[in-house]
Amino acid sequence: MRRWRIARLVAGKDLRIERRSRVVVNQVLPFAAVTMLMFAFALDATNVLERVAPGLVWLATLFSLLVLVQRAFAIEADDGALDALRVAGVDPVAIYWGKSMALAAQLAVLELLLVVAAVLLYGADVPAGGLALLAVTLVLATAGLACVGTLYGGLTAGFTGRETLLPLLVLPVVAPVLIGATRAVESALGTDGAALSEGWPWVGLLAVFAVAFGVGGALAFGPLIEEAT
Amino acid sequence: MTSPALAPEPTVSRSAGTGTHVTRLLGIATIVMIGWTAAFGLLFSPADRNQGDSVRIMYVHVPTVWTAYLAFTVTALCSASYLFRKKHSLGFDRVAGASAEIGVVFMALTLVTGMLWGRLTWGVYWEWDARLTTTALLFVSYIGYLAVRGLGGTHHQRAKRSAVVGLLIVLEIPLVHWSVKLWRSLHQEASVLDTDGDIDLDGLMLFSLFVGVVAFTLLYVWLVLHRSRTMAMEDLLEDQGLDEALAARRAEAVMS
Repeated sequence: MRRWRIARLVAGKDLRIERRSRVVVNQVLPFAAVTMLMFAFALDATNVLERVAPGLVWLATLFSLLVLVQRAFAIEADDGALDALRVAGVDPVAIYWGKSMALAAQLAVLELLLVVAAVLLYGADVPAGGLALLAVTLVLATAGLACVGTLYGGLTAGFTGRETLLPLLVLPVVAPVLIGATRAVESALGTDGAALSEGWPWVGLLAVFAVAFGVGGALAFGPLIEEAT
Repeated sequence: MTSPALAPEPTVSRSAGTGTHVTRLLGIATIVMIGWTAAFGLLFSPADRNQGDSVRIMYVHVPTVWTAYLAFTVTALCSASYLFRKKHSLGFDRVAGASAEIGVVFMALTLVTGMLWGRLTWGVYWEWDARLTTTALLFVSYIGYLAVRGLGGTHHQRAKRSAVVGLLIVLEIPLVHWSVKLWRSLHQEASVLDTDGDIDLDGLMLFSLFVGVVAFTLLYVWLVLHRSRTMAMEDLLEDQGLDEALAARRAEAVMS
């Protein structure tokens, strides 16, 4: 499928740029780690950190998502790269899926780092039975976040004064992911006595969200990047 | 340098404002209905068995929230009409924007009256139950919509961006309404539009509530008419300013 091939090429381009510039590795991942530290400073009471660890992991993910999205579209701003892609007649759906995949890959690495940090710093522990739920949650939440981020990144990319709008737009929209992913991870880790079975309905919510935005975002992305700058 | 009189005459009404015959009649009807709402809400309807007189906030709180939902739905419908029709008429975009602005105002009223009512009946201004949380989310989302409208660019760019956002966030409305059913919570079960269709209020209270709904809906229509006309005038003004700037630049080029 031509579209799928183009999407892979776009994703490869984004990841290659990251590999050469190392902006995410050098700036965003440390930012996420610092955020986890800040949470610990703010919530330093007995047992609180362990109980809220899942929520904090996803909050740190969301804040880092904002930075990642801005980076993803900043690389397109140089030399008008995104406009060049459009003018060359590249299918915008393919561009959307390609950028989403690259963003998802970066997000996945980030989330794994955050889960490890939660285990090390907050005293959370991952029982063997919860690993499957945890993995599925990470995959689906990442997909949903990447799709939303790419869509709104396309909307707010461009002039200064538009990037600052990104947090205000994205955070309310990804609130379902925050809620669903937090509850699912709580079930996976057994936080506060949450049972494993309670997590799977939330995974369903994450799946619906990812599909809805994967499709809707692809359709909306083309018209949004068509405008000048 | 001659003054550039190249812009076309504006085609809105020759009157100084955005009022027309229809809005005058509508305004009078609105004032009358609001008067009736006050009369029914404060005087004729009975006090509640449990809540006493504090139930009277409901006659403002519930109509404002339904009107806000109506406003946001109109925004979504107009956004769809702008995006998916061949003509891409800016009139739809303006109604969408006006409706969203007024929806945000009504939603803010809902939240404030809700907080006051909550303080009286539950003892707290706010609770993080499902309905309140999703309502706050809805409110913030539409503030984001208004921010997108302010991003600048051509009228069509504004229309396209806000249409996409408007269609996405309208989906939060069913989320708010069913959130009470999905998660048992502090907020009372939907009394009127219960998911089973039963109606749960005493006769006169229900009537007073519908008087309130009619009054606020008329107010909403009146406000949307005026606001979208004002927007049309703002857009025209901007276009005129652009035409004048272009003409001035061209005049400079000719002279230099």
